[in-house]
Amino acid sequence: MGRFLATLRARAPSTALILGVFAAWEVACLGFGVSDIVLPRPTQILATLIDRWPALWPHTYQTLYTTLVGFGWGVLVGVVLGVLIGSSRLAFETAYPLLVGISSIPKVAVVPIFVLWFGAGTVPAVLTAMIICIFPIVVNVATGIATVEPELEDVMRTLKASKLDILWNVGLPRAAPYFFASLKVAITLAFVGSVVAETVASNRGIGNMMMIASSSFNVPLVFAGLFILAGLGVSLYLIFSAIERRLTGWAHRKAELTVTT
Amino acid sequence: MTAATPVLAAPPPASATARREPLITLDRVSVTYGRGAAAVAALAETRLSIMPGDFLALVGPSGCGKSTILRLVSGLLSPSSGNVLVAGREIGANEVRIGMAYQNPTLLPWLTVRQNVMLPLKIVQPFRASWHRKKRGEYRDRAEALLAQVGLAGFGDKYPWQLSGGMMQRTNLCRALIHEPDLLLLDEPFGALDQFTREELWATMQDLWMTKRTTVLLVTHDLREAGYLANRICVMSARPGRILEDCAVTFDRPRTMELVYQPEFVALTQRLRELIIGLRTAATL
Repeated sequence: MGRFLATLRARAPSTALILGVFAAWEVACLGFGVSDIVLPRPTQILATLIDRWPALWPHTYQTLYTTLVGFGWGVLVGVVLGVLIGSSRLAFETAYPLLVGISSIPKVAVVPIFVLWFGAGTVPAVLTAMIICIFPIVVNVATGIATVEPELEDVMRTLKASKLDILWNVGLPRAAPYFFASLKVAITLAFVGSVVAETVASNRGIGNMMMIASSSFNVPLVFAGLFILAGLGVSLYLIFSAIERRLTGWAHRKAELTVTT
Repeated sequence: MTAATPVLAAPPPASATARREPLITLDRVSVTYGRGAAAVAALAETRLSIMPGDFLALVGPSGCGKSTILRLVSGLLSPSSGNVLVAGREIGANEVRIGMAYQNPTLLPWLTVRQNVMLPLKIVQPFRASWHRKKRGEYRDRAEALLAQVGLAGFGDKYPWQLSGGMMQRTNLCRALIHEPDLLLLDEPFGALDQFTREELWATMQDLWMTKRTTVLLVTHDLREAGYLANRICVMSARPGRILEDCAVTFDRPRTMELVYQPEFVALTQRLRELIIGLRTAATL
């Protein structure tokens, strides 16, 4: 109970700030008489959200689905690439520039290419979500594995440990905190990818719904879409932070202060 | 936090009474790092034999190739010329078990102290073969017994970050010894500790050696450490390193800190010190 209260006390300022922003938004819209075609009030958005939920749900489901599938593949490919690149200095130095080059391409720009190859719909959204979240995972996993202390590696090698032994017993556990930190970044990015792809080329999903709503000037519905995206993004972020804390508590022992970026 | 002191010395190993064949032989070994104009000769024509049961300390000015010898013996480095023989054969041909401890304890933070100590059993044959069967029984008990011997009874379930520097280094020694190595390599293992902790660890190290009689190769800067622990001290010249002086240390065991202040001991360290200082000035001239 004491712990619960302590958590509550720690969270109070940030919660108050969030509620304050919404309150200020509401009051400002009312006070200055802002039309809901320009900026709807939070209460209006909430009302729309509840009112239109049956119609919104399939879009929400679609976006969540493409994001999670894309994220899943991204994690898989990212971990494999990260382990390969991290296990050898040569691979690290060879592949890193290419990775940086690929990562610096704005992912939005590849959506038309995916549409060209696979047609509009689910596939480009999944692929965009995937490629956008691969990079942070690869870099983090590779860094975690490549930065094993040389003395520790010597100790393992004098024990005649194979590369695989070292990877399994030292490299992977050591990379775990980096990996979980990157998951939090990747899941947020995966949403960006899938929504962008839906906006450009899909007939389902929150991104598509927002496009259609804005073309018919249904601004509260556009904002309702935004709220859904924010809600999904925050929930998944929280889930992955919780998993991270459970599995790699040893890396965060000193810091309840650890910055959660 | 003093380790138990077994007073009786263990009997000398069987191999010592039988034919004395060196465990490790460095035969005119040279090591050069780099190539061409940038090449640095780290060792030149070095000869060194380590007998089974030896506790050999390598001392010398910094950069003289002490750690290079350690890396050669452990098989992490191949000589540019000459031979490194283990039990009379080319290195790698023999299954000589090696334990190693550096100044940096490099314990794995996600494992408990006991799990850290048990790590070599998971890697090294023949222990590895029965790892899954014995990790909760025999191996666990073995780790606990070793931890108790270095004064860490009851710390098995702690994590490394809950330990002091001295305790981490004790754990590191346990990890280097758990798989009963034929040869223990120590690279300035006590260098980062404060003086009192260091002296405690000398006593612990001596206890471990007197009960196990493992062959030890210790690299150190600390002449008192060499004199307290070793049976043999080899002084190396400045780069490129060679063995200049090879002297036996015959003080009775178990040695105590009182010994360190006796005239014979002071005379020994004094002589070694002058030798090394002389080398340093010769190198800078």
